[in-house]
Amino acid sequence: MPDIPMVQAIGVSKRFGHIEVLKAIDLTIPRGEVACLLGPSGAGKSTFLRCINHLEKINEGELLVDGEFVGYREHGGKLYELHERHIARKRREIGMVFQHFNLFPHMTALQNTIEAPIRVNGETKAEAKKRALELLHRVGLSDKVDSYPAELSGGQQQRVAIARALAMQPKLMLFDEPTSALDPELVGEVLDVMRGLAKSGMTMIVVTHEMGFAREVADSVVFMADGMVVETGSPSALFDNPQHERTRSFLSKVL
Amino acid sequence: MPADPSTSRSGSATSPGRLVRKTVPLRHPGRWVAVAIIAVVFASLVASASGNPNYQWNVVWRYLFSAPILTGLSHTVELTVGSMAIGIALGILLAVMRLSPNPVISTAAGVYIWVFRGIPVLVQLLFWYFLSALFPRLSIGIPFGPSLLSVDTNHVITQLTAAILGLGLSEGAYMAEIVRSGILSVSPGQNDAAKSLGMKGFLTMRRIVLPQALRIIIPPTGNETIGMLKNTSMVIVIAYTDLLTSVSLIYARTYETIPLLIVACIWYLAVTTVLMFVQSGIERRFGRGFMPRRQPGRLARTRARLFNRSATAGATHAAGGSDA
Repeated sequence: MPDIPMVQAIGVSKRFGHIEVLKAIDLTIPRGEVACLLGPSGAGKSTFLRCINHLEKINEGELLVDGEFVGYREHGGKLYELHERHIARKRREIGMVFQHFNLFPHMTALQNTIEAPIRVNGETKAEAKKRALELLHRVGLSDKVDSYPAELSGGQQQRVAIARALAMQPKLMLFDEPTSALDPELVGEVLDVMRGLAKSGMTMIVVTHEMGFAREVADSVVFMADGMVVETGSPSALFDNPQHERTRSFLSKVL
Repeated sequence: MPADPSTSRSGSATSPGRLVRKTVPLRHPGRWVAVAIIAVVFASLVASASGNPNYQWNVVWRYLFSAPILTGLSHTVELTVGSMAIGIALGILLAVMRLSPNPVISTAAGVYIWVFRGIPVLVQLLFWYFLSALFPRLSIGIPFGPSLLSVDTNHVITQLTAAILGLGLSEGAYMAEIVRSGILSVSPGQNDAAKSLGMKGFLTMRRIVLPQALRIIIPPTGNETIGMLKNTSMVIVIAYTDLLTSVSLIYARTYETIPLLIVACIWYLAVTTVLMFVQSGIERRFGRGFMPRRQPGRLARTRARLFNRSATAGATHAAGGSDA
């Protein structure tokens, strides 16, 4: 079913109390594409990302991943909220990388990477370990397999976090400002891994402030402000020829 | 890879023409005064303990390893282990209930904690012991329906069960608050990460949250255990033969009160010492990834042997610094 988009948002709204963080977001991300979400802080980029794997519940609209609801089941025209275990099952297919890494600090890099494949997917330790070692090698951390997160630099921790998410063999990867908490000199090593992942055909949604990365890697760039999608387009269209005043003023400050 | 900063530092250290001057370290005369005072106090304590015949050290030695004392000691240890086991299990259950999004479950746990923390343990012990006055028979069955098994309360509630129930159930209330603070200390990002990997609530609690919470939970739990060791002496009110009761039974007969109380003190201190070692061993175990790995010393190697872990494993990474 290549015509079903990987992520489809129709009129997605989200409120925290009385504050409307997302206002009727419409967005389609085709399979195999890399989309970068840009915009000032408070624009709702991270919230939107967290809505995709149902870490946040949306208040209105529909949000489909690979043609299916994540937190609901449709029956007779109604949506029924799913039990936590069913949501957990769907989340396995959606990898997520966080701004502050959120590695499990009491586990080594390897243990972090094999935990979910063993406990959630029921893989044997041997097969989980084999793939984990391949992934850690792929992110360039073969020599840090037995290190605890506190013994790794920020960039190394984030690469472990990417390996950990990939170990679940997801069909979609969400990146929530993956380089924002890093020292400038460590940003490159994480972006390199993400670049490689994009080349391998992974569908990725990346909230980022790295304009260079967005321009180079993204298939489409989404500019958000005040909980709305202001403008969507190819990197060249959006960076070189922005249509909206809000986009232009943002870009003039960050480029 | 960034350049090793130590290279540049050692470069400047060996550079010629560096100004070398003698530095006189700061003197600390106050410390020597303190040492002298403590030495005098300690010496006078030792002199008084050895010179005063009222201590009756010969009586202390006579009773220290006597059968009734050792039986009392084993009862005290059993009570401590039993009631702490109940307390910890109950504490985890109550803490998870207290943090439940379901308001009924959360309130129920809150009420339990309120009641069992609010009533003196001494009263609770007596209450359990005299339970038969309230319920002459205990039965297991369908609530408000027929009973399947019915027993005489006085057969079930012996001094031992009353003591373990009284101490364990109230300890559960205290442990619940300790466990809850531990769970709340784990960053919410850990939950997000576990969820995003498809882990369910129970699995996340067991594999991710509790192991990290334990780091916070263990020191106060060690405190509680040592406190419990001494609180078991309250079972004297229901005449269970713990260490203190055994001691008091002897001195009531022989009037050798002071030496027998010293016997009790020696054993309480001995068990406390063992518990402190156990605690620091457990703290190390759950400090993984938080404490810097060091070359283990002799004590740590002994401890590692006791806890059946490889002592050399900790030595593979000497540096444990974090720049995160």
